[in-house]
Amino acid sequence: MPLRRWFAHAREHPGGTGFSSLIVTHDDWRSVMEDLRAAGGRLIALWASREAGVDHVRGVALAESRGLIASLPVQGDGEPSYPRLDDLFPAAARMQRAILDLSGLRASDADGRPWLRHSAWPAGYRPLVDAAAPAAGSAMLDRYDFVRVEGDGVHEIAVGPVHAGTIEPGHFRFSVVGEKVLRLEERLGYVHKGIEQRFTQLPILEAHRLAARVSGDSSVAYSWAYVQALEGLAGTEVPVRGLWLRALCLELERLANHLGDLGALGNDAGFSFGLIQFSRLKELLLRAQQQALGARYLMDAIVPGGVSYNLDALGSEGLRARIRAVACEVAKLRTTYDEHEGVRDRFMGAGTVSPELAVQLGLTGLAGRASGQPFDLRVDRPWAPYTELAPLKCGRTEGDVAARVAVRFDEVQESCRLLDEILTRMPAGPWQTVVELPRAGLLGAGLIEGWRGPVFVALETGEGGTIRRCHPHDPSWQNWPVLEHAVIGNIVPDFPLINKSFNLSYSGHDL
Amino acid sequence: MLKTLRQIASVGVVTEPPPDPEDSLRVREILQGKIRAVLGRALSIRHIDAGSCNGCELEIHALNNPLYNLEGLGMRFVASPRHADLLLVTGPVSRHMHAALVRTYEATPAPKLVVAIGDCGCTGGVFGENYASCGRISNVIPVDVAVPGCPPTPTRILAGILTAVTDSQAVHRGGRNGPKR
Repeated sequence: MPLRRWFAHAREHPGGTGFSSLIVTHDDWRSVMEDLRAAGGRLIALWASREAGVDHVRGVALAESRGLIASLPVQGDGEPSYPRLDDLFPAAARMQRAILDLSGLRASDADGRPWLRHSAWPAGYRPLVDAAAPAAGSAMLDRYDFVRVEGDGVHEIAVGPVHAGTIEPGHFRFSVVGEKVLRLEERLGYVHKGIEQRFTQLPILEAHRLAARVSGDSSVAYSWAYVQALEGLAGTEVPVRGLWLRALCLELERLANHLGDLGALGNDAGFSFGLIQFSRLKELLLRAQQQALGARYLMDAIVPGGVSYNLDALGSEGLRARIRAVACEVAKLRTTYDEHEGVRDRFMGAGTVSPELAVQLGLTGLAGRASGQPFDLRVDRPWAPYTELAPLKCGRTEGDVAARVAVRFDEVQESCRLLDEILTRMPAGPWQTVVELPRAGLLGAGLIEGWRGPVFVALETGEGGTIRRCHPHDPSWQNWPVLEHAVIGNIVPDFPLINKSFNLSYSGHDL
Repeated sequence: MLKTLRQIASVGVVTEPPPDPEDSLRVREILQGKIRAVLGRALSIRHIDAGSCNGCELEIHALNNPLYNLEGLGMRFVASPRHADLLLVTGPVSRHMHAALVRTYEATPAPKLVVAIGDCGCTGGVFGENYASCGRISNVIPVDVAVPGCPPTPTRILAGILTAVTDSQAVHRGGRNGPKR
């Protein structure tokens, strides 16, 4: 069935968030997903939710820049199951395992190994369904069967969860011959904190603070996606200045992350000059942000109805001067990086993901743009105020570390340009308004292009200003499995470099 | 190469003076002397993320930038807990990191200090205690100094580290586990 027929049956969400929802039957679940895939659609997220006592599995995909949320009621005695999706969308494989861990619903004929559940809770307990917590202190053996690679001279290297540097925890199991990586298997879930359960304990007008702390380097993206969902349901009209200040915060977040990454990538290639120069630039930017907006990290900038920080003329000029200096200095540093033989040697050809593989696996966001996947929600599916800005898409096709570095350099310049324009065109007026409580039993969604990629938040309302279900989705779910492919054939010492070139979120993924 | 040198020369040395710890120590040399007197050598720090959102990590990274210049104070981050004098721990403790955190702590030889960083490390933060989170770091390992903030600034983190190191009571107790091993 052509997509427009599915969209015709779907209910469009209020508030102009660009999503439509429909409830499907057991057979239609596969049909709609097959049609979405055939039309070049991309799976954003898959999660389960209990509505009026009935379990539903929900999948959201983007096709032709329109978002479709399909919900399937899952019933059945014994172990309730639903048709798998990972043959259509490989990224669904781990999402399905997480649904089993948290909600007890199984995808038929699919990998059913625990993913987010290690040994902290027993198999029978469903954190998002069961009321009572499991008996604490049961010493469960944590056993995970990694795939063994057999062969002459094949060794296993186990790394993590605690890593050598100041970085989030996760486990990487390498199978190597000499220094060459034959296979990498990741095991994540080490920083699972029960965020989705926590959401249901918070008032809907305050949970943006939790959303901002799902992944600390994407606080603006997450909190904006959350309030976008909430404001759509509440019918809120955010004052124009509030929207422009939000965009300011989002581009500042993008810029700060790119500066940090460019330095760290230089360092991972043995070029500590780069780390020192870029970390200085990032520090000066954060200080200008502190001066202008009141905080180095914008964890609490985006609030329901607008923003909590305003910008005065002095702050604006200080920020503008700093951004112009950043643009100028980064251009010089780019020449240094591009001309340095040692850096070029490490960056080029390392951790390559071809465009073909990127399409197959659904590589998204910045990493996707470096592998010929030209998707950027700010351009493809703009929301206010991006509807009035014209961001340029930055991309490459080589898909190696050098390409992901080049896209970052390009995006730094583009974000500096956007920030300058935002500061110039910043409208006057109020920057926050009151948000009414939405009715119970509604489903809303928000989608923001964070620095890493599309950040999605699904929000289901409960009675009296509560949250029945909130599912935040990090683009790292799509990209972590691709890293396992990117590293094959590379040498082990290049792993930190390749990993950093993706810079995926552990906390955003683990929830 | 010339461009690199020119850039280094034009930026120059941008290191700033360190902040005051609670005992109002301002001068870097005196501080370095104290660290050496207390520990006999520079301070080695091992960071562990026990479940943080990664916000605190960003401010910890900043400590190594040329403005704060942690290494200029005689402190550096080390890869192994066996080389560490001080553990810098972030996040509420995810139950899945409980074993790794305890093992890292036990692998750190005495005398050792533990500094909990961030609101989550101090109180469990917005995550609290539940089926997946043990809450504050002191619920799992002993903590000497707790630095609140979300995230705390590099200056506050540095003040916390310096407070832990220059706390004379902790020094006289010989660190957490009594006699040196």
